[in-house]
Amino acid sequence: MAALPVIKHPNLLVGYETADDAGVYKLTDELALVQTLDFFTPIVNDPYHFGRIAAANSLSDVYAMGGRPLTAMNIVCFPSKELPKEVLKEILRGGLEKIHEAGALLVGGHSVDDKELKYGLSVTGIIHPDRIITNRGVKVGDRLLLTKPIGTGVIATAIKGKMASESAVNSLIEVASTLNKKASEIMLKYGCHACTDITGFGLGGHLLEVARASKVEIAIYADKVPLIPEAREYALTGLIPAGSYAIKHFCEKSVEIDPRLEIVLIDLIFDPQTSGGLVISLSPDVADACLKELKEEGIKSARIIGDILYHHPKGRLKIVYSNP
Amino acid sequence: MAEQVDARGLSCPQPVIMTHNKMKELKKGIFEVMVDTDTSRENISRLARNEGWEVVESKKTQDSGYIITLKKE
Repeated sequence: MAALPVIKHPNLLVGYETADDAGVYKLTDELALVQTLDFFTPIVNDPYHFGRIAAANSLSDVYAMGGRPLTAMNIVCFPSKELPKEVLKEILRGGLEKIHEAGALLVGGHSVDDKELKYGLSVTGIIHPDRIITNRGVKVGDRLLLTKPIGTGVIATAIKGKMASESAVNSLIEVASTLNKKASEIMLKYGCHACTDITGFGLGGHLLEVARASKVEIAIYADKVPLIPEAREYALTGLIPAGSYAIKHFCEKSVEIDPRLEIVLIDLIFDPQTSGGLVISLSPDVADACLKELKEEGIKSARIIGDILYHHPKGRLKIVYSNP
Repeated sequence: MAEQVDARGLSCPQPVIMTHNKMKELKKGIFEVMVDTDTSRENISRLARNEGWEVVESKKTQDSGYIITLKKE
């Protein structure tokens, strides 16, 4: 995209260049559109749960911006000669369930015949133009909250290798199909400064994006990051997706890692996530109260996982222990 | 000649699973694994550490793959 001559416009409040979760276009002084789309190949074998996960993932970008989803459209690539129609029906049923849970409406969609099955949504939401939560608003001294445990990439790799236990599959489904709706509503109540959702770039990759966009140095406490049960065990046996190594390599120059840290924790911090949680940056005097409310509202895995340390001209990430 | 696992042309987690199966079959001794990606090499070295096998050597081949020698006493 960087090489293409994209036209700027005063109403385009958030465009593609800041690596934000969704685009935002101002319609009036009170109202802006939030637009996003995402689709991918199955990470679990059950079509209904795949539909739920893919839809939750697509809706998440609107929540990460602090918006409210209004409408959604299905994006479907389906191998109609190889798979029965019931599979597609189940995927769409799962997706629709999440669209409705989000309080949004399905307004249509498009499907093409493709060798490889893919599903996702294009989502349109609304937001007040003065209350957009981007990834560049963090302030020095802020605390970072993560709302879901990580490890979906490792567990999906174990599923691919038929090595995943039933309980690990169920944990993955539960984590990845949970909407970030409630977490988003709660963060707005506490006046969060910045937010992003953790997806394909892993916790480390997305936090480095935040650090770069906000020009700060961020510390993540590796021992405080919540993990999906069994993700650690699978990572230790080498069930790490190629993406994890690629992200780590890509981020390397801007990341400092405490050499005493276990390698498995670093692997998991760069594990690409599907429909991961929100990472929320907010003032230290409200962080504990926000965490308490998240937990009371059922977001039990929420943890404070880091701090915004200093200004930094290029943006930098430090992965350390919470007690050095 | 040491036993070999040829996992070239396969993407993860297949090479890891094949290596793991060989470890379970041999229980100890020495064997070689042929892979052709950095991801496979990294993942097999993690598996080895976890299962108590030593990576004796990780040799780069001409076709930019690796031959990894694993040993357990």
